[in-house]
Amino acid sequence: MTTTAPPGPASATTRPRASTPRRLRAPAAFLLGAVLLLGAAPLALPDSRLNLLAKYLCYAIVAVGVSLAWGRGGLLVLGQGVFFGLGGYAMAMHLKLADAATAGERLPDFMLLYGSSDTLPWWWQPFADPAFALAMTVLLPMTVAGLLGFLVFRRRVKGAYFAILSQALAAALSIWLVGQQATTGGTNGLTGIQGFFGYDLADPVNQRMVYFVIAVALLLLMAAARQLFVSRYGELLVAVRDSEERVRFLGYDPANVKLVAYVVAAGMAGLAGALFVPAVGIISPALIGIVPSIGFVIGAAVGGRASLVGAVLGAVAVAWAQSTLSDAFPAAWTYLQGLLFVLVVGFLPGGLASLGALRRTRRRAPASVRAAAPTTSAVATASTKETA
Amino acid sequence: MSGLSISRRGLLTGLSVLGASAAIGACGAKTGSDRTSTAGAKADTSGDTVRVGLLNSLSGTMAISEVTVHNALLLAVKEINADGGVLGKKLDPVSQDGASDWPTFAEKAEALITGDKVAATFGCWTSASRKAVKPVFERHRSLLFYPVQYEGLEQSPYIFYTGATTNQQIVPALDYLRKKGLTRLYLVGSDYVFPRTANKIIRAYAKGNGMRVLGEDYAPLGSTEFSTIVNKVKESGADAVFNTLNGDSNVAFFKEYKSSGLSAKALPVLSVSIAEEEVKSIGAPYLEGQLTAWNYYQTTPGAANTAFVEAYQAAYGKDKPTSDPMEAAYLSVHLWKAMVEKAGSFDVAKVKAAADGITFDAPEGTTTVDGATQHVHKTARIGRIGADGLITEVWSSGGPIKPDPYLKGYDWASGLS
Amino acid sequence: MTVVLNQSFTGVGIGAVLLLVALGLTLTFGQMGVINMAHGEFIMAGAYTAYVLQRSVDGTGLSLLLALPPAFLVAGTIGALLEWLLVRRLYARPLDTLLVTWGVSLMLQQLARDVFGAPNVQTRAPDLLTGNVSVAGVTLAANRLAILGLALLSVLALTLVLRLTPLGRRIRAVVQNRDLAEVSGIATERVDRTTFFIGSGLAGVAGVALTLVGPIGPTMGTNYIVDAFLVVVVGGIGQLKGSVITAFALGVLQSVLEYSTTVSVAKVAVLVAIVAFLQWRPQGLYTLRTRSLA
Repeated sequence: MTTTAPPGPASATTRPRASTPRRLRAPAAFLLGAVLLLGAAPLALPDSRLNLLAKYLCYAIVAVGVSLAWGRGGLLVLGQGVFFGLGGYAMAMHLKLADAATAGERLPDFMLLYGSSDTLPWWWQPFADPAFALAMTVLLPMTVAGLLGFLVFRRRVKGAYFAILSQALAAALSIWLVGQQATTGGTNGLTGIQGFFGYDLADPVNQRMVYFVIAVALLLLMAAARQLFVSRYGELLVAVRDSEERVRFLGYDPANVKLVAYVVAAGMAGLAGALFVPAVGIISPALIGIVPSIGFVIGAAVGGRASLVGAVLGAVAVAWAQSTLSDAFPAAWTYLQGLLFVLVVGFLPGGLASLGALRRTRRRAPASVRAAAPTTSAVATASTKETA
Repeated sequence: MSGLSISRRGLLTGLSVLGASAAIGACGAKTGSDRTSTAGAKADTSGDTVRVGLLNSLSGTMAISEVTVHNALLLAVKEINADGGVLGKKLDPVSQDGASDWPTFAEKAEALITGDKVAATFGCWTSASRKAVKPVFERHRSLLFYPVQYEGLEQSPYIFYTGATTNQQIVPALDYLRKKGLTRLYLVGSDYVFPRTANKIIRAYAKGNGMRVLGEDYAPLGSTEFSTIVNKVKESGADAVFNTLNGDSNVAFFKEYKSSGLSAKALPVLSVSIAEEEVKSIGAPYLEGQLTAWNYYQTTPGAANTAFVEAYQAAYGKDKPTSDPMEAAYLSVHLWKAMVEKAGSFDVAKVKAAADGITFDAPEGTTTVDGATQHVHKTARIGRIGADGLITEVWSSGGPIKPDPYLKGYDWASGLS
Repeated sequence: MTVVLNQSFTGVGIGAVLLLVALGLTLTFGQMGVINMAHGEFIMAGAYTAYVLQRSVDGTGLSLLLALPPAFLVAGTIGALLEWLLVRRLYARPLDTLLVTWGVSLMLQQLARDVFGAPNVQTRAPDLLTGNVSVAGVTLAANRLAILGLALLSVLALTLVLRLTPLGRRIRAVVQNRDLAEVSGIATERVDRTTFFIGSGLAGVAGVALTLVGPIGPTMGTNYIVDAFLVVVVGGIGQLKGSVITAFALGVLQSVLEYSTTVSVAKVAVLVAIVAFLQWRPQGLYTLRTRSLA
């Protein structure tokens, strides 16, 4: 997938002229991705590995949103855990209620154990309806993001403030969830989810189905995001990232432009959280706090924040490395992880995806031009403006 | 526009694939059917060695405690192998790192059962990690031995609980306080499942036994600011504090406790999550004279314990303490061995059937498995922390207490579950 | 009445801890705009310095006092090193520094784990600081008083350095107008490094003080880092007095809420209050007037 040329950061500023081979590149890459994800992976991987891949793909869905909001919009979204969690809890609440109904119980199992009342809390009740719960997995995060973004961007809170505020919010939600054990399951979170809309999750066939749903969702969202990237709105977003003041003087409202990216990214994180629940069978406050929120961004940063494919591959690769390497060398992995962030973010801001583009420009351009290679400078200027 | 054509094609591909995948998925089992019928990985016991899984956090915040349990498990495996193994086969321990993260625990449990095809798994510490792996073990009909005292109210057919349940630790501790005339309690705990459930039980006990709970406070896990909570404790006029704080929070709590002028003499704290290892990291000067409730201490008398402490310190260092969860972990491997040998097979159903009445001369004394609850008969012991960091017994239940995870045998607990 | 006084003092005690951990950040984040997530690990470095010193000097708890200058130096040196190796390359990308220093903080935590072991270690406090004094029925814990004293002393020293010394003048010049400072002959790079050194050193001092109230372990810094940033953000970037007022205000708010509700509710309420406050005053309590557009 990488070799088939991701839409590198370069294309963000200098939109390529549509020559025939270039025009075919994106759909070709998309097809290849679809074949790999939906054909090769399920055939080549045993059930347990495929299940892990499903989990990584959920992180990749978050990364698509991060790529939009951060890579293109310059908004360092350090609170994606909040939206991931809202989506996850909305889905898990419905599945727990459905499980309880199957088992003939009035309440989900953890409420019977830890709860203090015999009735379902009012805010749980609507989640018994599958359509409502499904809609909430996306609408709830989008509403919260919309409200927050509306206030924050209008007041021109940006850069560092926005990043730290997002972190504070992630911390607050996770502490609150932990504190309400009787109705949220506390630190345990919602666990032991058994069915997914009537299908038994213990059955490997149904686990595969969940994988396919996640993979298809990822592909569709990538296609939609790419569509956004190349649209007029995408250009405006990059313009806001690179020079917010200039966009304002041109008569646009940068707050609205940023708000859309923020809300869409939140919706994607919510959907990812919702799909995470059937894939892993658990959602807990540990997946929401500050550390996981940074984790969501790091994957995209390593792969290449402004490149869709880069961000997605980065998220999958970092998650994969986390679970395999941390096992074999727990201490060494922590160093390696730290070093990776330092080197990639510090010295290769375009992420690993920019390596190819960098090489191409070097080969073509004379030394004098090299210094101003679009890959690095585009991102660099972007962030300069953020906190100006 | 070029973009449009791309997306249309993408959408078409996506949608057609979505249809195809829905068709594939449609043949899976529905909920409500026999849950384990389609899954269930067979343990591989055909070779000269048999794999057993050790599932502990070797990294992350819980590593401090769980690594000691891991060491104790390895020690037991080593001893069994030196003794000829189980049914003539040597044990091959496979360690997986739960990384203090609950979904990771579930993922690693799956890997141990389906990938390594282990005959049994030992480990987990926090209730959250146990709750996360429970469905995995039940789905695959594989066995987990859980070695830590916990909040009770659970009885999975595929888990053996070798740590104390509430009637073997919390209830005796309350009996002890009542006997000492310390009837007005203040409850302090970390905000997670064990303290909240434990405190629910304590309230029920207090109501039924003429004790009073004057206050109940929780601090978020890892919290290190306790000045307000200590103020509240001080003003409450309580006779004793029942402490279910976890980990680092204890350090800050006891430092605050001392500097605000409270002491073990004036207002004793009874802790249920502070063992020898934790005493070391909090600092004995801050804890001297305070009480703990467990089933085992490093100082517990008996030849079995002397041998255990010696073997552990020989393997991991002279200054390393042994603690209750380590002992329960050590004991769990030996109990499993005895069950397998009685059953004459590694088969999970046969091992479960053979479990009732299995005994082992553990460091804490002779322990017997209760087949009905899959818990263990254990002696409750109240200890006092000394200046040297060791804990000495000041009271015991006299003999092993029958496990009662749902507290069915206690009238005051009738409204609990 | 005693309750009110007691809680007020408790709040001031919490505020003093907040102020001490945030003080270094008022320089590195407030003055220089660097989001240094490894600040918590500099605190940890200070605490471990006290631990090592006490083990080698042995003896009384007084060595904790002696540990203050070495802790300042150790944490400051690590900070200056970090600035020289990484941060100075990233001044144009402040948000990226956040991620880079997050990586650094992971590595420093693991380093502490490898050197000192994963379990917490302990230091001995001077006997004088483990007791308490009673004034008008209010118990004042000696360790909190010591931290309060140390925090105020550090604020005073920092103010004097910034106001009166040539170094302070250079630091202010660089913050207010880097280009003009440069053409006036100020070696801005060296000033940056010195500022970072002092800011990181203050974290080391905070680390020594925290051994009086909390655990000393590889992850101790993570307990304080977000709170510390919030203090600086609410106080207003680049404003020392803003941070001082904010630290004590948040401390008292936290302790009052904790007293009347629960710790979790108090924490959530404080965080939500901060978000709301920044809606009202997005630039913080005090703002540095600049001519920039935003």
